[in-house]
Amino acid sequence: MKILVGYKRVVDYNVRIQVKPDGTGVVTDGVKLSANPFDDIALEEALRLREKGVATEVIVVAIGPADLTAHLRNGLAMGANRAIHVVTAEAVQPLTAARVFLKLIEKEQPGLVILGKQAIDDDANQTGQMLAALWDRPQATFASQVEIADGKAKVTREVDAGLEVIEAELPAVITTDLRLNEPRFIKLPDIMKAKAKPIDTIEFGSLGVEAHDHLKTTHYAAPAKRSKGVMVKDAAELVAALKQKGLL
Amino acid sequence: MSKILVIAEHLGGKLNSSTARAVSAAAAVKAEAIDVLVLSDAPDAIAAEAAKIDGVSRVLTVARPENAHPLAAVLAPQIAKAAAGYSHLFVPSTTFGKDVAPRVAALLGVAQVSDVMSVEAAHTFKRPIYAGNAIITVEADANHPVVATIRSASWAAAGNGADSAPIEALTIDAALPTHTRFVELKQGSSDRPDLQSASKVVSGGRGVGSKENFDIIYKFADRIGAAVGASRAAVDAGYVPSEMQVGQTGKIIAPELYMAIGISGAIQHLTGIKDAGTIVAINKDGEAPIFEIADLGLVGDLFKLIPELEQAL
Ligand SMILES: Cc1cc2nc3c(=O)[nH]c(=O)nc-3n(C[C@H](O)[C@H](O)[C@H](O)COP(=O)(O)OP(=O)(O)OC[C@H]3O[C@@H](n4cnc5c(N)ncnc54)[C@H](O)[C@@H]3O)c2cc1C
Ligand SMILES: Nc1ncnc2c1ncn2[C@@H]1O[C@H](COP(=O)(O)O)[C@@H](O)[C@H]1O
Repeated sequence: MKILVGYKRVVDYNVRIQVKPDGTGVVTDGVKLSANPFDDIALEEALRLREKGVATEVIVVAIGPADLTAHLRNGLAMGANRAIHVVTAEAVQPLTAARVFLKLIEKEQPGLVILGKQAIDDDANQTGQMLAALWDRPQATFASQVEIADGKAKVTREVDAGLEVIEAELPAVITTDLRLNEPRFIKLPDIMKAKAKPIDTIEFGSLGVEAHDHLKTTHYAAPAKRSKGVMVKDAAELVAALKQKGLL
Repeated sequence: MSKILVIAEHLGGKLNSSTARAVSAAAAVKAEAIDVLVLSDAPDAIAAEAAKIDGVSRVLTVARPENAHPLAAVLAPQIAKAAAGYSHLFVPSTTFGKDVAPRVAALLGVAQVSDVMSVEAAHTFKRPIYAGNAIITVEADANHPVVATIRSASWAAAGNGADSAPIEALTIDAALPTHTRFVELKQGSSDRPDLQSASKVVSGGRGVGSKENFDIIYKFADRIGAAVGASRAAVDAGYVPSEMQVGQTGKIIAPELYMAIGISGAIQHLTGIKDAGTIVAINKDGEAPIFEIADLGLVGDLFKLIPELEQAL
C-alpha cells in the first residue's frame, strides 16, 4: 500500500508574525520556513506504518513555489521514498489543494492519504475533509491514534467531548492531531541518502485543476492587543481585586 | 436577500451552545430567514431547544438512524442537499463543525470561510490566521453559497425568548455511505461546568507538575465554580485528558475570568484565551510571557499561593 502525505511549507511556528503596516500581507521576507508541524506528524505516522509492514511506499507531496526542493529533501531525509512537487507561484486555497491531491490519487492509487489537520499559516483546517468528499471516501480527522488492519483504519479522534473512535474502510483520508506521535529527528547520513531520492515535478497548469478561488483576502490587520495589566503583591490582593470586578 | 441555514450541534440529546452562537453570527448578516437544521436519530427534543433561540425562523429536522452519531461522511451529503436555496451555511467552529463543514463545501464546490470572528457585510468576514497573529478580511464570491464556520468565542449566544419557531420534518433523499462507522466516544465524566461555555475557567500548565498535583487545580476551580482547562504541555505530560486543552489546537474560549496557573504563555496558548474578559496569571517566573497579557498577575509558587487564595476567598 502506498501512502500520500501532505507536506506543506509554512512560516516556522516560532516566528513572531508581523502584519505589514499597509495591510497587504504579513512579513515573510527572511523569516524561517519549515514543514507544517502537523505534516511532520503525518509523515512520521506514514513512516511508522511502513516500518510495521503496513505500507510499502511513502510519498510526500508539496504544492507551492519553485524553491521547495530543499523542503522536500527534508521529507525525504526523514524517510519518505519519494516526493511530488506541484509547482505553482500562487498560494493555493484548500479546495484547490484538495483537487490537486485528487489528481495525484488518480495517478498513484494510494491506500491512505495522511494530511495535517491544519496548516499553521492559513489555519483553514479544510483540505483533508474536502479531499475525502471529492474522492468520496472516509475521513478521520484530528487523529491521535491510528491502527490499520484488514483493510480498515481504526482511528481515535480528539473531539471537544473527549476521544471518539471510528472505523473507516480504506482507502481513506486521515488528518493528524498533535498527540498522534512525535516526529523523529533527521540524521546526517539520511540527508546524504535523500539526495539520491526522486522528486517528481509537475506543473500545476498541467493537472487540469480548476483554480477558481472563491475567497479574496482584501486586508490584513494586527489583532487587537491586550494591554499589560497590573501585578498584585499577594493572594489577598488578588482576591480583593477579583471581588471588586464582581468575578468572585 | 440572505437566507441562512445554521447546522445545529448537539450531544446526548442536548443542543450545544455553539449553535446559538452561530445564530448570532447569522443575525449579524441581517438575513431574511435563519433556519436551523438538526440531524439526529431522535431530533425532537433538540429541535424544541433550537426553536426557542431568538432570531430563528424555522427549525428543520432530519431523523434517520444513521444520524445517531455525527459522522461527517454521513451528514455531509444530507446537509449539502438541505442547503439548496440558502445563500449561507453556518456551522459552529467546534471539532464537529470543523469536521463536517469542509466536506459539505467540497460537495457544493465552494470554498469555506473558517472561524468567522465578525461579519462586515453579507459576503465579507474577518477571520484569524497564523494562530490569531493576523486578522484578515475575506470576501466570498456572491455568486455562490457561503459556507462558513463560526468561531464560538467571538459570538455571544443568541438569547432564548418565550416564542418558539415552527419545527418541520424534512425528508432528504441522499444515499449515505457505510464506509465510516462510529465505534465509541470516551468521555471524561465531570460535574464541572463545560469548558467552552463556562464563565470562569481555571487552567493549569506544566508548572503543576503531575496528575496528582492537578487535584489542587480541580479543588480551587470547584471552590469558585469554574471549569478546568490546561495547556498542551499539561495534556502531553498526561496530567489531564486532551479535551481540556486550551489554545490554537485545543479549545478557543472566552470566559469572563480566566486563571492561568503554572502556564508560561506560549503564543499557541494565548490564541485560545484572547477573548477572555479578565486574565489572571500565577507563575513563579516574573518574566513569563503570560504576564504581558494578564490583567492581574501574581508572581510566586502556585503550591503556596493557591491555599492562600482559598483562605482569602
Ligand atoms: C503547532 C502547535 C500548536 C500548539 N497548540 C497549543 C495549544 O493549543 N495549547 C497550548 O497550551 N499549547 C500549544 N502548543 C504548545 C506551546 O507552544 C507550549 O509548548 C505550551 O503551551 C507550554 O505549556 P506550559 O505553559 O504549561 O509549559 P511551560 O512553557 O513549560 O511553562 C510552565 C510554566 O510554569 C511555571 N511554573 C513551574 N513551576 C511553578 C510553580 N511551582 N508555581 C508557579 N509557576 C510554576 C514556569 O515558570 C513556567 O512559566 C502548540 C505548539 C505547536 C507547535
Ligand atoms: N500547498 C500544500 N502543499 C502540501 N500539502 C498541503 C497544501 N495545502 C494543504 N495541504 C495539506 O492539507 C493540510 C491542511 O491544510 P489547511 O486545510 O490549509 O489547513 C496540511 O496540513 C497539508 O497536509
